[in-house]
Amino acid sequence: MSSTSLRGRTAIAGIGAAGWGESPGRSAIELLGDAALAAIADAGLELKDIDGLCAATSTHAFPTLSVAEYLGIKPTFFDGTNIGGSSFEMHLLQAALALDAGICNAVLICYGSNQRTAGGRLVSMSEPQWHEAPYKPRHPITAYALAAQRHMHEFGTTREMLADIAVAARQWANLNPAAFEQGPLTREEVLNARMVSDPLTTRDCCLVTDGGGACVMVRADQAKNLKQNPAYVLGVGGAHSHRSIAQMKDLTRTVAAESGPRAFAMAGLKQSDVDLVMLYDAFTITTLLFLEDLGFCPKGEGGRFVQDGAIAPGGRLAVNTNGGGLSCVHPGMYGMFLIIEAVTQIRGAAGRRQLATCDIALCHGNGGTLSSQVTALLGGAAAL
Amino acid sequence: MLPKATPGPGPEAQYHAFLQEGRFMIQRSPSTGQYVFYPRVAAPGSGAADLEWVAASGLGRIYSITVNRARTGNYNIALVELDEGPRLMTRIEGVETAPIGTRVKARIADLGGEPALVFDIVEQGGAA
Repeated sequence: MSSTSLRGRTAIAGIGAAGWGESPGRSAIELLGDAALAAIADAGLELKDIDGLCAATSTHAFPTLSVAEYLGIKPTFFDGTNIGGSSFEMHLLQAALALDAGICNAVLICYGSNQRTAGGRLVSMSEPQWHEAPYKPRHPITAYALAAQRHMHEFGTTREMLADIAVAARQWANLNPAAFEQGPLTREEVLNARMVSDPLTTRDCCLVTDGGGACVMVRADQAKNLKQNPAYVLGVGGAHSHRSIAQMKDLTRTVAAESGPRAFAMAGLKQSDVDLVMLYDAFTITTLLFLEDLGFCPKGEGGRFVQDGAIAPGGRLAVNTNGGGLSCVHPGMYGMFLIIEAVTQIRGAAGRRQLATCDIALCHGNGGTLSSQVTALLGGAAAL
Repeated sequence: MLPKATPGPGPEAQYHAFLQEGRFMIQRSPSTGQYVFYPRVAAPGSGAADLEWVAASGLGRIYSITVNRARTGNYNIALVELDEGPRLMTRIEGVETAPIGTRVKARIADLGGEPALVFDIVEQGGAA
């Protein structure tokens, strides 16, 4: 059986969001619950219709158990795969398989975190690696800084090029009323911000916010009869490369170079078909690496590709139109929020930042320290 | 087959015991020639279980390096690629940072009460 048999068989019928930015006094599962109920209502479904559940958080050891109990549902299919921030893109594949096999009929994929108001820093259950711990790495930033340094060394990438990625994200955020960080941001401000881990300043780093996000997936035939225009799941591919950054074979080449081709093959699409590119921008360097590894520019050319507004509004490629993890929302595991923006754009509901055409959107999730990569291609009816 | 208890200590504990003795040892598979670090029960990829301990040369190059900037002070975190091939996380001693590609040599230091590897820069025209 060819993997392309999953193409367009399932669709995202509902999306929901809750408490982006600061939500003092609300717990992670409360934000998750609000987003989940919003997604179900958006689809025109009821809680009792949900018989599949995918979840991953930074605070729940058994996320599907916690969420099913909290919402009071008894799913027949559940998957708590946790590979970091890309978990939700992988959940799209798990849900598509389960729906297509008839194991369940409506899958809720969900996330929630109150890390900003609860502690003000990235929360992780990730355990220290014994062979790294004596050197006090400050993950995740240490790993991404090491990758950025190596990229600069090999390809002549500059801090100015990285800064332009943060500036582009802010310009998109300024068109998105839901974005947490608004206002002008210049290349110089990024460069002159406090250095956290060479070569990355605070402005090369994603936000730390609260927030919940969710989506509901059903089979394509059912999606056509629901409230919203479906966003079809056209292709998904994942890849693992390492757990600890010292074991990553080449710090300038992620296995997005493997997940991307798998997703494109399943979808029967190529890079030039993509209208919107949603990349997990935990740090400026990740946007650059994924543009290269997913084939939107040659390896090593990412820095020159993003310069001077090329991925900002009006640029040559629409990247992270919500403002990204850098300027919109980043409650720890951002992968869920890539999907929400992609579906919003495919529906044509993105307001001032709406793309003229958005038939095909790519969501690329990243997890751990460049460790897990999952690429998903979504599309509207025109893409089928 | 009976899963009998494997006699300890395992590779991780053996590695630490060597460090306690002042020796930097890594694993090597005679059947594949592959060097392995961090220590494991079998060589990653090949699954070769014939790993044996060999003395590391201790020589390598900085593959990448960052300086963590903290209120309590700055310190570097480096990835060093050993001449034998494996890469490890470490600290370059005596400098705030150093260029990628710099030749370095391992030394066993006391980090937080435990022996751990750190690396010193090999002077130009030195032992490397």
